Amino acid sequence: MSKLFQANVKENAKLSKSHYLITLHPVKKIKKPEPGQFFMLAVNQNADPLLRRPFSLHRWLGRDLQLLFRSVGKATNILKEKKPGEMLEIIGPLGNSFPLNPSKSKPVLVAGGLGIAPLFALAEKLSQKKPLFFLGAKNREEVLCIEGLNSIGIKPVVSTDDGSLGQKGLITDVLKDFLSRHPSPLTRYCLYACGPKSMLKELFVLTKDLGVKGYFALEENMACGIGACLSCAVNTKKGVKRVCKEGPVFPIDEIIW
Amino acid sequence: MVKKRPVNMKVNLGRLKLKNPVITASGTFGYGAEYSEFVNLNSLGAVVVKGISLKPMDGNPAPRICETPCGMLNSIGLQNIGLNTFLKEKLPYLKQFDTKIIVNILGNSVDDYVKLAEKLEEAKVDAVELNVSCPNVKRGGIIFGTNKKYLEELIVHVKKKVRLPVITKLSPNVTDIREFAKIAENSGSDIISLINTIRGMSINIKTRRPRLSNITGGLSGPAIKPIAVRMVWESYRAVQIPIIGMGGINSFEDAVEFILAGASAVAIGTANFINPGATRDIINGIKSFMIEENINDIKKLVGQVKC
Repeated sequence: MSKLFQANVKENAKLSKSHYLITLHPVKKIKKPEPGQFFMLAVNQNADPLLRRPFSLHRWLGRDLQLLFRSVGKATNILKEKKPGEMLEIIGPLGNSFPLNPSKSKPVLVAGGLGIAPLFALAEKLSQKKPLFFLGAKNREEVLCIEGLNSIGIKPVVSTDDGSLGQKGLITDVLKDFLSRHPSPLTRYCLYACGPKSMLKELFVLTKDLGVKGYFALEENMACGIGACLSCAVNTKKGVKRVCKEGPVFPIDEIIW
Repeated sequence: MVKKRPVNMKVNLGRLKLKNPVITASGTFGYGAEYSEFVNLNSLGAVVVKGISLKPMDGNPAPRICETPCGMLNSIGLQNIGLNTFLKEKLPYLKQFDTKIIVNILGNSVDDYVKLAEKLEEAKVDAVELNVSCPNVKRGGIIFGTNKKYLEELIVHVKKKVRLPVITKLSPNVTDIREFAKIAENSGSDIISLINTIRGMSINIKTRRPRLSNITGGLSGPAIKPIAVRMVWESYRAVQIPIIGMGGINSFEDAVEFILAGASAVAIGTANFINPGATRDIINGIKSFMIEENINDIKKLVGQVKC
């Protein structure tokens, strides 16, 4: 099965002022993507914008894939206008995936804003283990996927910086509070997080202090997405790694900030 | 019925003979394996791998790239695995393929380049490309590419120690590339390749910061093609040694443009990010063009722009 494939837009739903959920139907069958993996999308066929853009797998529907995105710049503003029937060229699935092991551990998922994109696929995969889900965002506009999570049996704990939805404050503080109230060996939790670097840095310190293990899904500017150009470098204890190849998922304690 | 004559795509870069004029640009194709599922490496004229230094280098902090109109800036910073790991882990893979292997090399001193060239000759690669033009590091070659005396010294010393073909990759970030092309030729360089990236910068007006952590980077992609074509044309008129042309080639038409300007071979770089099969498509495109235009030998097109 080729990693380079064409896909039809099946649906392109507007979720909020600037968030979209696009459903894509690969013309030929593709390799089943795992939570954590991503795709490189060419939003136009004429090399304008020049480079593909990376989008993590949001949801795998068995034959179709869903990507969650925000319209921030040139490429995503083109992507949001794609109509059902239009064709996109994609490379993927790329990168590694979230390890689902620590078999006896309780998964704790922490999403900051659009960081929920890859964590939804993970939550769905882990739903039998009844994962805890912490969802933080700037304001209620930025809180996404509540209904979707409910539909797979997950009731997220929500916080917003301005208190417009859920608790007021940072999701890292909410998590800290939760962990302090549930001291039973913290090693029984496995943390999976994705979100702004500032949030991940906080979680890095928190997990280190409390002895909790887990994984981050990182993102970085990419050109090729396939491990050749070395644009997406991240410093780890094991040397400089590529977010597109050795990542996007990395053990929390391996990353050097 | 008119019988189609087979087209000859073989090119001679002095002693370096390629099955076709299409090669990869250093830094855009990793060490080959990354693209093997998209391109049959046997079909390429040559694979030019990411630049190698004696010791591994970590490169610059991210962000290392950003997109710009019709192009991109990169400040990777010459991250590479170092010579030993390249010889042990990457070269054996490449040797399986029926393609020439050209290794881009970089160093901080003449000695570094000589050591690298010697070891690579021992390992029987087909040619070395002297990286004297990467704009993204303070040390690592740029001093050689922008200083005539140092460039001459470097090439003379390398050529004293090795017999394999030596390619000098020229920097466009100079006042007159013809001068450097001539120095390369006079110092004994077998081939020259141009252009490397052009120094550029991009600022995010919301954060008021440069988009690259290194502040400046090298511009590549379609935006630089006219500059590259012009420099190839100028260099072709200045020297007799063969030229590898590169800079924004995204299609077979672009490749033919460079050949007409004076390039005997072309290197494909940023285009690989747009289309991982770009090298294959360009080879096929050149072939079709030759058939349609009744050109039976690609060498007949080199430098044939009518001026």
